[in-house]
Amino acid sequence: MSSTSETLLQVRNLTVRFPTIDGVVQAVSDVSFTLQRGETLGIVGESGSGKSVSNLAIMGLLNRKRALITGEILFNGRELLSLPPSEMQKIRGKDIAMIFQDPFACLHPMYRVGDQIAEAATAHGIGKHDADARAVELLDRVGIPNAKSRARDYPHQFSGGMRQRAMIAMALVHNPAILIADEPTTALDVTVQAQILELIDDVKQEFDIGVILVTHDLGVVAETADSVLVMYAGRIQEYGEADSVFKAPQHPYAWGLLDSMPTVERRLAQLVPIEGSPPSLIAPPPGCAFHPRCPHRFAPCDQEVPPLVAPEGAHADSCFLPLDRKLAIGSERAARRLGLAS
Amino acid sequence: MVFYIARRLVWTFLVVLIVLLITYAVFFLLPDGDVATRFAGKAPTPALLHEIRVRLGLNRWWPLQFVYFVKNFFAGDSYGWPGLGYSFGGGVSVLSEITQRAPRTLWLIAGASVIWLTTGVAIGVISAIKRRTIVDRAAMGFALVGISAPVFWLGLMALWIVWRTLHLTGGTGYTPISQGVGAWAGHLILPWTVLALLYAAFYARMTRNNLLETMGEDYIRTARAKGLSERRVILKHGLRSSLTPIVTMFGLDIALLVGGAIITESVFNIQGLGWLAIQSALNQDLPTLVGVVMLTATAVAVMNLVVDILYAFIDPRVRYS
Repeated sequence: MSSTSETLLQVRNLTVRFPTIDGVVQAVSDVSFTLQRGETLGIVGESGSGKSVSNLAIMGLLNRKRALITGEILFNGRELLSLPPSEMQKIRGKDIAMIFQDPFACLHPMYRVGDQIAEAATAHGIGKHDADARAVELLDRVGIPNAKSRARDYPHQFSGGMRQRAMIAMALVHNPAILIADEPTTALDVTVQAQILELIDDVKQEFDIGVILVTHDLGVVAETADSVLVMYAGRIQEYGEADSVFKAPQHPYAWGLLDSMPTVERRLAQLVPIEGSPPSLIAPPPGCAFHPRCPHRFAPCDQEVPPLVAPEGAHADSCFLPLDRKLAIGSERAARRLGLAS
Repeated sequence: MVFYIARRLVWTFLVVLIVLLITYAVFFLLPDGDVATRFAGKAPTPALLHEIRVRLGLNRWWPLQFVYFVKNFFAGDSYGWPGLGYSFGGGVSVLSEITQRAPRTLWLIAGASVIWLTTGVAIGVISAIKRRTIVDRAAMGFALVGISAPVFWLGLMALWIVWRTLHLTGGTGYTPISQGVGAWAGHLILPWTVLALLYAAFYARMTRNNLLETMGEDYIRTARAKGLSERRVILKHGLRSSLTPIVTMFGLDIALLVGGAIITESVFNIQGLGWLAIQSALNQDLPTLVGVVMLTATAVAVMNLVVDILYAFIDPRVRYS
């Protein structure tokens, strides 16, 4: 973690619910975390675990008429959820920027790439001429060759990787404090994925920003994150420094994720999938949302929701298992995984 | 881009050629009986029939007749360009009849299309922004009325209320623009509005649905994430993509109306191309009818070309493929 340790973002008890005709969808429940300057926070979870919704809430991109949001999001000490839309608009894209999963769909097909980046600049008061220059400068910075002429291209003339680079350039226009990357590599070829992750890491160092990296790929998190947040059914299951989470995962869901993750040495036949499927967010199971799929469940699991607590000498998790048991199983998993990988 | 337009031009030419072939087949080849009699109008005399046979070259092999027909159309005949022949029943050239009637229909379309395009798109946008509110419901209610109400009823009601009762506008008939813009527009304002209402309703619904669909696209989220105002997100990013299908429909609607907004022209007694088509059918004036048909079909082909070229300006993916 960065030595200056300046807290950029504090999310406290964030809860997002969507009322629908079928019932209320509990997309995010009681999520709290912090982000320091220079830190990469990896948020891991499968589809529907609430990781994207949490970030859209931070960006103020959820429709407040349809999403009921409670809790606090403090950015540099300023509470974002209670800001009027016009104030939030000034922060969005300037202090907090976001890139998305599918770079093929995220750029407007009918405008030139350079113009779209320049528009992000003019949106926050930079003149048109300077904005154009800034767009070219940033395209060059994110590794687009012949940036000046490529800025005049349309998105369909860019490859997937180049489009994601362009999205990163757009996000960096105002030297934001926070970059939220929502599954930035999921839609890309494997070879390009590594380049994009490297680029995000580079710009994090160079621009000294905090990065929230949302992914369902544990490998991506292992490579780049300083801290990790594991989400399941809208709740945080495990939260701690990346080293600690990977060496001694404490939550049965995290163990399941590790077992189901392929490595070069681990063949498909050796993968152990997590039994069952993710729960309904309209009628989540009582108690711990993971208990119906958990091989370690015992008495209290279907009775009450386990709180997220950080015991002495370990990182935070929300599981009722005794700590020594969790540490024993977790280390054994990690060791076996490392053994297989070596 | 140049190559694209050139290719479209060649296609348009081929389409017009096929249209001519079909028109020729329908009017010259397929029906039973003597072609000359059909073209002679209500009172065929032996002398007239003979003249028709000579002038249309009917004694020749039919492919030669067709070549002559096509040559006249593209190169013009003794009455001017495009060569549409002579109305034997009416005693004038078809071209002169059409050029006399065309301004009425074209002015009617021009005014109505401006009204329906602006109001239709505007209502569609507002309704999409205010989705599921009273405004949206009212706008879509209006659209439903506009689509359902028959033009002959709407036209008569409009004339009754606005002209006869309130005396706000000129009445039926057409006043040329040369007799003063006020009188001209005063007579056209009702037909413009009535004709535009139907189309405005369609366009409002289409704009609303396209825009709502576009607003769910990922690039709209990107536009919001940049910190753009919602107004700019909708008008610059949303509407741009929603316009493509509207341009297509606009082009074809205009083209089809060139053949005559028959009901509107009848209700308001604007003796334009639609009226001409009806009259020529009633008078068995086949040459004129053929002329109107060819003109309409060609207009559709040409408007398709225009739409294709506009596409290339609107959507860069078309331009560069």
